Amino acid sequence: MHSRKPFYILVALLFIAGIASSIYRSVEHNIPFFPGEQVQSWAIDAKVSFNGQGQPAEVDFALPNDPAFEVLVENASSPGYGLNINQTEDQRRAVWSIRQANGQQSLYYRVTLVPTGKTKIKAGEELPSAKPYSWPVTELSAAEQIISEVWERSASNQSFAQQLMAKINDVNQSQNMSLLLASNTPTELFVRMLNTKEIPARIVNGLVLEDQRRRQQLDQMVQVYHDGYWKLFDVNNNIQGREDNVVLWESKGNSVLDVIGGTNSQVNFSMLQDTRPALSTSIDMMMNAQDDWDFSLYQLPIEEQSLFKGILLIPIGVLVVVFLRVIIGIKTSGTFMPVLIALAFIQTTLLTGLIGFLLIVAFGLMIRSYLSSLNLLLISRISAVIIVVIFIIGFFTLISFKLGLSEGLTITFFPMIILAWTIERMSILWEEEGPKHVFVSGGGSLFVATIAYLAMNNSLVQHWVFNFLGIHLVLLSVVLVMGQYTGYRLTELKRFKPLAGEK
Amino acid sequence: MNFAWPWELRRKGVMNMNQRNISYIGRYNPRKFYKRVDDKLVTKQLALANDIAVPDLIGVVDEQHKIEDIPQMVANRDGFVIKPAKGSGGKGILVITKVHNGCYYKPNGHEVTPAEIYRHVSNTLSGLFSLGGKPDVAIVEGLIEFDPVFNGISYEGVPDIRLIIFKGFPVMGMLRCSTAESDGKANLHQGAVGIGLDIATGKSLHAVQFDEPVKLHPDTQFPLDQVQVPNWDTLLHTASSAYEMCELGYLGTDMVLDKKRGPLLLELNARPGLAIQIANGKGIIPRLKHIEAMQGPLMPVADRVAYAKKHFSTDSKF
Repeated sequence: MHSRKPFYILVALLFIAGIASSIYRSVEHNIPFFPGEQVQSWAIDAKVSFNGQGQPAEVDFALPNDPAFEVLVENASSPGYGLNINQTEDQRRAVWSIRQANGQQSLYYRVTLVPTGKTKIKAGEELPSAKPYSWPVTELSAAEQIISEVWERSASNQSFAQQLMAKINDVNQSQNMSLLLASNTPTELFVRMLNTKEIPARIVNGLVLEDQRRRQQLDQMVQVYHDGYWKLFDVNNNIQGREDNVVLWESKGNSVLDVIGGTNSQVNFSMLQDTRPALSTSIDMMMNAQDDWDFSLYQLPIEEQSLFKGILLIPIGVLVVVFLRVIIGIKTSGTFMPVLIALAFIQTTLLTGLIGFLLIVAFGLMIRSYLSSLNLLLISRISAVIIVVIFIIGFFTLISFKLGLSEGLTITFFPMIILAWTIERMSILWEEEGPKHVFVSGGGSLFVATIAYLAMNNSLVQHWVFNFLGIHLVLLSVVLVMGQYTGYRLTELKRFKPLAGEK
Repeated sequence: MNFAWPWELRRKGVMNMNQRNISYIGRYNPRKFYKRVDDKLVTKQLALANDIAVPDLIGVVDEQHKIEDIPQMVANRDGFVIKPAKGSGGKGILVITKVHNGCYYKPNGHEVTPAEIYRHVSNTLSGLFSLGGKPDVAIVEGLIEFDPVFNGISYEGVPDIRLIIFKGFPVMGMLRCSTAESDGKANLHQGAVGIGLDIATGKSLHAVQFDEPVKLHPDTQFPLDQVQVPNWDTLLHTASSAYEMCELGYLGTDMVLDKKRGPLLLELNARPGLAIQIANGKGIIPRLKHIEAMQGPLMPVADRVAYAKKHFSTDSKF
């Protein structure tokens, strides 16, 4: 017998590939593992206002640039203005322009942000350089004194910055510090002192997110370079580290808002927290990414998508049938007829489906028993049964419509050719083996169809088979392994019981 | 508890369906030889060519318009059998034991009109009884005059002898007797009595109906421990030589005893069922393993039969 090794390797590969691609999908595209999962999103309105002076005006406004948040939707409203969104060196900026701006001007930018959870900010390839600040003569010695004092008590960029921030925020300030703070803002002072020791640091603008807040301003914060990452310090509030509710609106040390041809410019933010389905959020973001090589079904038109939602359920039904036949040993009439019946059940719902199926088959059997006495050729007899099945379905649909039972209308989802064959086979079974066998094998089929339906109708299963296509590789590997099962079926344990008992 | 533990069954060497399909049928029965057993007409022709006794072939109906020739075919016979060439599980077999005034009668005395025979054959040709609904032909065979030695063992039907032939060795056998419950059919799942037979002697070992041990035939009250199949050696030889004929390693042979002609080969089965184990009260795996472990060239039929008689004999369980 040839080696089974390649087979098991194949199965293992399929299994691992399936699991891995599902995990990749979940991690990379944020597809939630469970249906109905919600994510928080933030709708942020930025209102840029300035006074026009009757001359051309150009407004250059930084757009949020933070790996911790992904832009889901953004739009700008600015009647009469030309708008350009520029992308320069990782920084996106909106540039509004107009030939003549008179009086109070308001420009709006609205964005919906979704947290990604990537709050660590990696520094670029080349090490940012720090330009030492040249202190005014009056401040020089005070600054140097503090810097060397803190330097002594620190070990790294980070600890130096920590100590420094603590010192700046110290309630019992030294005279040196008071002197420096008189002419520098705490944030400026912090950056300047860091730069003096050639530690890269820069001022960034962050927005603290809080539900239903209006007229908020950006906070100046400081990013300090440490071991390949930018660490965030909020000197004004004496907070070190990144909190989940902070968006770095501008993080390259540039200005947030430049207005040419206007005065008294300012920007205000208002924000609203929102929950939205995690799945559709992820899909929207994938669509935004516009990746041509992303093979996902979401790119199909909605109609094809819903078609595939049905088709992708078939492997689940097939798996159920394989399991119930190979491992449990239930007999069905027709190998995969139960899957087709289960597919119909999904359209009709279980109870309506069962009743409809029984009605059609019962009426079909009655008509078939008449046809059998006509001595027809098999092909034309089955054709006659198909046509009669269509009549029956039409009849029941009409009746239920007249009675106002909308469930009855779904009976049309039953595959007619399958029904006709079922009726034909059951009728033969009835003649040859008696009604008992008809009920046993028909009951077995309906039982398997019901189990398959319950599996296929499970919302978790439906979510997985459509959104994680890797699952189908896992199903394939499981089916292949079951094809190797040489053990006893559950029903055989009962059947062969007499052989096990005696010694 | 109604269920056996799987390891108990394994220890007893009970073969299960999945194991049969993968380890025996899949491994020892090459697909290309299936036609030799799935088509009873081919089987019959092969058997005739190999000097294996089979029931008379009266005629073959392979086209709808030839159905009308049937009355002529069977004109001077008391009884006949119409069976589909590709039927399975005994489906579509029509047995006529009496012809009277142009009317036909089944063994239970029910009348069959010529029209019903036409329809039956027409259905057969359309593939109603064949696997997968493939078009089929109907075989008209002579009726077997079954050996009176089995009188009282079977009810309304001919008992047949099923032997499992593995790589040419008879490994297990049983006698299948119809009952009122099985409606004259010899299929165990329909209620026929299965009697396990000793390979060495052809004597009954154990009997079951619906998987439960029985001592007497439920209809005739015949004591089932008294059964002795006559012509046992001829039977073993005929069945074993079917291996050369069809080249299937794991084979079921169905035979009947004719009053005049002795054992006749009825049909071969490439997928014999597992009920024979229950009828014998014994798992078949140890015997199959025994044969699988054997080395050397293929023995002639007589040696194989002798070998099997020596090694696969069991004590009666009555």
